[in-house]
Amino acid sequence: MSEPVIKCQSVYKIFGANAERMLKEANGNVDAKTFQENGCIVGVNNASFEVSKGEMLVVMGLSGSGKSTLLRCISRLTDATGGKIFIEGQDLLNLNNKELIDLRRNKMGMVFQSFALLPHKTVLENIAFPLQIKGIKTEDSINKAMDMVKLVGLDGRENYFPRELSGGQQQRVGIARSLAVEPDIWFLDEPFSALDPLIRKEMQDEFLRLQEKLQKTIMFITHDFDEALKLADRIAIMKDGIIEQLDTPANIVLNPATEYVRKFTEEVPREKVLLIKDVMDEITYDDMGDIKVSKDEIIENVAEKILTQEKTVAVIDGKNNIVGSINPAKIINTVFGGRKNNH
Amino acid sequence: MELLKKYPKLFQWLFLLAVFFALCFAIDVPETYKFIRGQAEFVKDPNQSAFVFLGKEVRYYAFDVFWRLPPLLGWLPIWINDSLFFLMNDWMPMEFWNEDTQEYKTRPLVLQITRNLTAFMTFLIELIREILLGGLETIVAFTSWDWIDANPWAELPGLPWTIVAAGSAILAYKLGGKGLALYALLSMTYISIFGQWKPSMQTLSFILVAAPLSFIFGLGLGVAAYKSKRVEKALYPILLVMQTMPQYAVLVPALVLFGVGDHAAVIITMIVAVPPMILLTLLGLRAVPPEVIEAGRMSGCSNWQLMSKVLIPTARRDILIGVNQVIMVCFSMAVISAFIGAKGLGFNLLLALNQLNIGLALEAGLCISLIAILLDKMSLAWANKQVDYFGNLNFFQRNKNSLFFGVIVIVGILLAYFGSIYFKDGYNYLFEVPHNKGISTADFWNKGVDWIFDTFFVYIKAFNTWLIVDVLQPMRALYLRMPAVATLVLVVGAGYLIGGVRSALVVCGLTLFIALSPWWDRALVTTYMATFGVLVSCTIGFTVGTLCFQNKHSTNFMLNVCDIFQTFPSFVYLIPVMMLFGITDTSVLIAVIVYATIPATRYTIEGLRSVPAGLHDAATMSGVTKFQRLFKIEFPLAFPHMMLGLNQTIVFALFMVIIGAFIGTEDLGQYILKALSDKKGAGIGLTLGICVAFIGLIFDNLIRTWVGQRKKHLGID
Repeated sequence: MSEPVIKCQSVYKIFGANAERMLKEANGNVDAKTFQENGCIVGVNNASFEVSKGEMLVVMGLSGSGKSTLLRCISRLTDATGGKIFIEGQDLLNLNNKELIDLRRNKMGMVFQSFALLPHKTVLENIAFPLQIKGIKTEDSINKAMDMVKLVGLDGRENYFPRELSGGQQQRVGIARSLAVEPDIWFLDEPFSALDPLIRKEMQDEFLRLQEKLQKTIMFITHDFDEALKLADRIAIMKDGIIEQLDTPANIVLNPATEYVRKFTEEVPREKVLLIKDVMDEITYDDMGDIKVSKDEIIENVAEKILTQEKTVAVIDGKNNIVGSINPAKIINTVFGGRKNNH
Repeated sequence: MELLKKYPKLFQWLFLLAVFFALCFAIDVPETYKFIRGQAEFVKDPNQSAFVFLGKEVRYYAFDVFWRLPPLLGWLPIWINDSLFFLMNDWMPMEFWNEDTQEYKTRPLVLQITRNLTAFMTFLIELIREILLGGLETIVAFTSWDWIDANPWAELPGLPWTIVAAGSAILAYKLGGKGLALYALLSMTYISIFGQWKPSMQTLSFILVAAPLSFIFGLGLGVAAYKSKRVEKALYPILLVMQTMPQYAVLVPALVLFGVGDHAAVIITMIVAVPPMILLTLLGLRAVPPEVIEAGRMSGCSNWQLMSKVLIPTARRDILIGVNQVIMVCFSMAVISAFIGAKGLGFNLLLALNQLNIGLALEAGLCISLIAILLDKMSLAWANKQVDYFGNLNFFQRNKNSLFFGVIVIVGILLAYFGSIYFKDGYNYLFEVPHNKGISTADFWNKGVDWIFDTFFVYIKAFNTWLIVDVLQPMRALYLRMPAVATLVLVVGAGYLIGGVRSALVVCGLTLFIALSPWWDRALVTTYMATFGVLVSCTIGFTVGTLCFQNKHSTNFMLNVCDIFQTFPSFVYLIPVMMLFGITDTSVLIAVIVYATIPATRYTIEGLRSVPAGLHDAATMSGVTKFQRLFKIEFPLAFPHMMLGLNQTIVFALFMVIIGAFIGTEDLGQYILKALSDKKGAGIGLTLGICVAFIGLIFDNLIRTWVGQRKKHLGID
């Protein structure tokens, strides 16, 4: 396997006057309570993970869980108190100012919850801003920015000011700006949290469409578990600065690691989240019907088809090979079963 | 007892007042006390005692300490004076090369520095002035007088007024469009044909040096304070005092340091204009949302790019208010610095006021205001200017303004040339309309004033007498009747009740400084005039503001009116009142009231506007009437903001009271004015200025503390 794009090794972020000394004394055993008594607040507590190329890692947590702090450590908007962070093998914390600026100008893009557009610049100027900072000629940067405007579907509004746009449109500008330098790594800090539910859904779909096209390495922060399930390749659930569980959406729903995670999964409509391949059994040579379902289908879409059969149904992959099987009982069990045990 | 528990604060205040009045009645007026007129402090009086400090004799009236505190700080002005003179004349003498005499000369360091500084300022001013009006100085600066004598052709010719007027119109068009261009053209033409060209251009050249320098320094220091806590802490006390320091008072020490003339005026203007610029820059930068800064960082900004491309533009609203303030201060200083020999409209204005030629003063004042508004609008338009990236313009379109200006220059020169042929004997009106050859409406105004005075003399006089005899004099007597100790108790008690021990100590220190200076009586007079002005201003301002707020159009209209009035230099306000009331306290007070009503009105409207719309709707849905809504919802919530308006009103009123000394008052301002013509006035002027600043700061501290608590209580911030 190739080198991970982002790699964190026991990253700590502790706020307060003697943060570094206290971290040293704690010797890898950070307890938020004792730290708080000594006037320090633990933002990120021993976070270790990797994100590989083209993968989307969604960090999910409620407010104050340290998810934004973690992102800011990795983008080095704040310096981590302890641990190591590698971006494409480079030790992030050892970069000097010039190297850091270089990295941001070429490799990183970031989208913010409150859009963080420059109020004195038009849509076009906002998008062209990172390019101009890099020192690209005005004409080229404007042309490139115009491409970006088209990419996010804001053509015709390029000369508007941020204040003249709706929230969704402003965030499109934010997205376009973060993509203007064609970064490899894309940070999104609760990009859709400030939007209305309908717009949010639209933007999520748009975002998935973009990602399919661009294949960036993404860290996406959200407090919305449904959003995390919808978008993520893998989800990291954070609480009080600690990553409680880091796994694929299906595994989190099916096997929550802690009580805290389980609470989130309770209300999740599994049939809408899980794919057939997440719950299918091994290939059996029982009597299988004529109907075959794709392993990448969401359960909801094919449940009726399977349930009206009284037999086990074959699961196929894209090339029409049988890769597994699923029977109606399994479907019923998945959709209605697990939950009962929890009460 | 029930009541006492329910309103503990109220009873504390009542107790304080009771103590205050008890002290007032308990302490009798000493027999030897009389209000000191004229320069009595400096004349030997058998009633005075003396003590020696630092080898200087300090004289004071030995009153009972409860009635008036002994002026223990009497040595301070003398000490400041001596230190300044020592610094200028004896400290660190060094050898400096002298260009003119071609030899080394021994000069004290500070003197050399200030002389170099002033030479630089003079060069800048002369450069702009001579481009506009013509002259030799700039060329001399690069060569020598001998060279000029040898080459009599070498002289900057100056621009014909037609070119300047059209040029400013083109610039205005480029920045702000047709409306602004028309305004620029009209006001420039007005200035020219009314014969105010030369002084106007002199003032303009002064402003064009002072305003950008103040802006740059203010912005730079503001950024430095934003970046470093230490710089901020060092600047803060200076900023605070400068905010309430009357502009007059800075004149006197600067006179010693920098001498007389335009260059000194520029430096003083900077001293006065930089602090508000720093404060507003800091305020603006602080208010930039953290995510915008992060977005800048993630775009790969270096520190410099982050500051220049993200932080400052995002904070531009507050910074622009700063620019507006700078321009305002520059124009009011343009007038005030005429006292120390600055040329231009200010000088004409003061001269006219001195001669009671209201018509002339009005014309000069109008010109100052016209230029002030023009520059203000232009700077605003410049900051909001937008770039069009998709214009696809050809060479002509892109440079049409410069090309047009080129044409104007040629036409202007041709016109001036024809003018020199046409107006053979006499003045070339197409080059410059001389001062006394323009159209003048002065006679008309003077006649108008005379007519008003003749017609309404009886009423004005009656009103004047009534105001002075029945209102002002009793009020003044009351203020002077307060024993110093009682006043101190009142102020400190108020400080304690509002802000606890900390506030009490601060206001105690400030009050003690004034009480221990030799000018406590004068300070009381200043305070009485300011109080009267503030009371009336607030009544008018709050009423007008509330009434205007009832309707969206009138709200905007009123805010615009405030904007325009604020652009007028403070001296201009003296003109119309002197027209009506002549040289009396009434004139000063009316000028104070008009001037101080601006912030009162503005802050009332803005305060009411800041009440959240949701609350407004909630109140309406609870079925309140308009009055109930106003008194139960809007006033309580807008009150903190309105109190900040009161704060500004006090500062404005104090400024105007001090300027009123020009008309003739018996307060601190009178002495500041006197110190101006006194060779040893620097220390006195500065100490007096600090006294005035401290009066403002006492109120400032009390109001701000109270507002802070109130805001916390209401949960708005």
